[in-house]
Amino acid sequence: MDDLYREIIIDRYKKPHYRGSLDPHDISFEDDNPLCGDHIRIDLRLDERGRVSEAAFDGHGCAISQATADLLLETIQGKSLDEIKAFTRDDLLELLGIELGPVRLKCALLSLKVLKAGVYGLGEASDELVE
Amino acid sequence: MAYEVPSRKLFDVTRIRADFPILSREVRPGVPLVYLDSAATSQKPAMVIEAMDYYYRQFNANIHRGIHTLAEEATAGYEAAREQVTRFIGAKSPRQIIFTRNTTESINLVALTWGDQNLNSGDVVILSEMEHHANLVPWQILAAKKNLRLEFIPVTPDGLLDFSVFPALLDLNPKLVAFTHMSNVLGTINPAREIIRQAQAAGAVTLVDAAQSIPHFPVNVQDLGADFVAFSGHKMCGPTGIGVLYGRQDLLETMPPFMGGGEMIKRVYLRTFKPNELPHKFEAGTPAIAEAIGLGAAITYLESIGMEAIHAHEKALVNYAMDCLEEIPGVQIVGPTADHRGGVVAFTLDNIHPHDISQILDEDGVAIRAGHHCAMPLHDKLNLISTARASFYLYTTEDEIDILARAVYKTKKIFGV
Repeated sequence: MDDLYREIIIDRYKKPHYRGSLDPHDISFEDDNPLCGDHIRIDLRLDERGRVSEAAFDGHGCAISQATADLLLETIQGKSLDEIKAFTRDDLLELLGIELGPVRLKCALLSLKVLKAGVYGLGEASDELVE
Repeated sequence: MAYEVPSRKLFDVTRIRADFPILSREVRPGVPLVYLDSAATSQKPAMVIEAMDYYYRQFNANIHRGIHTLAEEATAGYEAAREQVTRFIGAKSPRQIIFTRNTTESINLVALTWGDQNLNSGDVVILSEMEHHANLVPWQILAAKKNLRLEFIPVTPDGLLDFSVFPALLDLNPKLVAFTHMSNVLGTINPAREIIRQAQAAGAVTLVDAAQSIPHFPVNVQDLGADFVAFSGHKMCGPTGIGVLYGRQDLLETMPPFMGGGEMIKRVYLRTFKPNELPHKFEAGTPAIAEAIGLGAAITYLESIGMEAIHAHEKALVNYAMDCLEEIPGVQIVGPTADHRGGVVAFTLDNIHPHDISQILDEDGVAIRAGHHCAMPLHDKLNLISTARASFYLYTTEDEIDILARAVYKTKKIFGV
């Protein structure tokens, strides 16, 4: 339990750095976790070199899903779309540094799934994006 | 092979029998069980029974939504079983593995979703004359509803599919070719790969009824190239109530959902819904969790013996059984020579009704099946009302076949033939 709710998770859940929306934006995507109804929308702005200059997320859900989204957006600042495409589920789990069971894993992976679906310009997000 | 076969190198049938608690029971005092009805359902090794018992005693919970420890463990157990099935049949992804109740439900799922979406008036569906009712009736229902044309690969008098007419059938531009990998009556193992290759070349989608094949010999769905494969857990040492539909992912993605309810949805509004991703899109409601876990244990068990070894054992048994039965005057074995079949021998005995044969055999503890074995059109074709069927599995012994043969002689004596 201590592990799952590391200080940084609670901290970012209560005081997210990247919560909000960007209008206009270059990329925006949103999706739900059907298991618990968590929802995440991510907006990105890109600079002239195609790197992430600004990022914001909005949505609702558990501390894991929301804090992960916040940490993820922090990580991708200044990254190119190719670098984001190469960012894997294992990279994300390393970033979180917590052990997750199969159900909570879905919570943690929601923001990465949304981010990747947006970056790939897909019509719909799929679990395959984060496997 | 797509899976590992560890531990047991030697096929030791005595040791295998010790894994199945039921095989040590006596049907009545002094009369041991001789179970020759595995094509109907297999017996279960202790580890399958214990896996399900352990689930109910230790981590029974509903899956996928719960956050508590039991729900996490149950979810992990259920999904681990899906991964095991994926590996066991050589599928690319667990998303292609839909848990159903049994082979019958798997085939009905395809008929009611893919079939309903893609088959239209006048479309041709090719089946065979040796199908189990499970691969006939769903298509008959759909054909009546949508005015489809059903055509059949005939069965030759020696119990093989007659491929001389197959090219002409394929010239009808069938939308679907659905057939059994192994006949539950004749024991015939059909050349599935070749049928699929030709059917797909003619533009048809293919469905394989693998209820009798996947439990008994190595089957790799990618190697077969099939679009859909259906099979049951209970014929492969697993429990009843759990079956599998394997499907080509692009087909599954575009198919409409099967049943509606919880788990199969991504988002629900008052008047509409968005379906969930594969495989959950086809798994409405609380699934058979304990049974999936039991199936996973069954796969672990079968892999520990090795499917090649199981097949070789059954081939030897069917050879032996056919030799023993053919020696008995009045016995007519139905179906092909031993080299074309798996561990199934159906026969008639003079004009004694199979129900009477089965009843007399039961006195000696011998369990066989009597009747039309859910293949009435096949029996019509062969001009038979019904047959007696002995079927074998990894735990069957030559001694049991000797007991069968002696009991058949006894039947003749009682009927005075």
